Amino acid sequence: MDSALASEIHLPDTVRTAVKLLIAGPFAVGKTTFVGTLSEIRPLRTEETMTQAGAPVDDLTGARDKTTTTVAMDFGRITIGERIVLYLFGVPGQQRFTPLWKDLARGAYGALILVDTSRLEASFDVIDLVERQGLPYAVAVNRFDGAPVFPESEVREALDLLPSTPLVTCDARDHASSVRALITLVHHLLAADAPQEHA
Amino acid sequence: MKARRRALVRPHVVTGGRAHPSRNIFDLVTLVAGTGRAAAGLSPEKRRIAALCRDGALSVAEIAGHLALPISVTKVLVSDLVDSGHLSPRVPTPADEPSKIEILQEVLDGLRARL
Repeated sequence: MDSALASEIHLPDTVRTAVKLLIAGPFAVGKTTFVGTLSEIRPLRTEETMTQAGAPVDDLTGARDKTTTTVAMDFGRITIGERIVLYLFGVPGQQRFTPLWKDLARGAYGALILVDTSRLEASFDVIDLVERQGLPYAVAVNRFDGAPVFPESEVREALDLLPSTPLVTCDARDHASSVRALITLVHHLLAADAPQEHA
Repeated sequence: MKARRRALVRPHVVTGGRAHPSRNIFDLVTLVAGTGRAAAGLSPEKRRIAALCRDGALSVAEIAGHLALPISVTKVLVSDLVDSGHLSPRVPTPADEPSKIEILQEVLDGLRARL
């Protein structure tokens, strides 16, 4: 971070409400690109050491030591109007990151799941994780050059999506396209929340 | 900078009886700002956090990112700094607190304005 711009890293004084959204997906699906395209600050990276005690199956070494994994997350920020800031966390979607997910999902409004049509099966884990955390979500196919283009119905069927789950196509390198994918998610969250809550 | 490993196991002590209920709920997106209290006597990590937040508010995640500290450590240090009066949580006043639907609607409008 350029120290000359240090004052620009802070939030405006009027911002008092933070919204957390997760940008989830398998390895190399474009989470970091998506976050970087939308963020008003240079995306930041945090690392968390995850300890997995009591794994269901002993690992091959038979060691009693807990296994630790370092998980890196990239995140970015968008200030909305005067009082709200939106944080986008790019989160890896493998099952072994389940402990991390519990912490991340707490307080999150929802998740946008990025998928790659050339390896849809790589997204099964992340969809499962998001559903188990009870997070509402939308799915965005990140368009990769050369990746197969399937009809929406086939992608829905392959991912076993509910009819109400939004499915869009985006290009994580493109700002407007990424904004539209995020709008799809927020619109879905609003629709999902509206009937139960009378503001 | 390398974080101190021992801090990872330090328990997050929750004490009661202080003014703001949100102060012990430190999420990645909890916002905190410096209060201007002198940083004398603080550990080096806490000094760095206090200095980073001196001129405005940041989320716990941003503090962790800027200072290359693990999030679990950052939460504990930020919590301590709130307890010691060096940081204060940035939260809406009860009268200004928007509902979830209002928040989502504002986010939606704000994103649409970016197209």
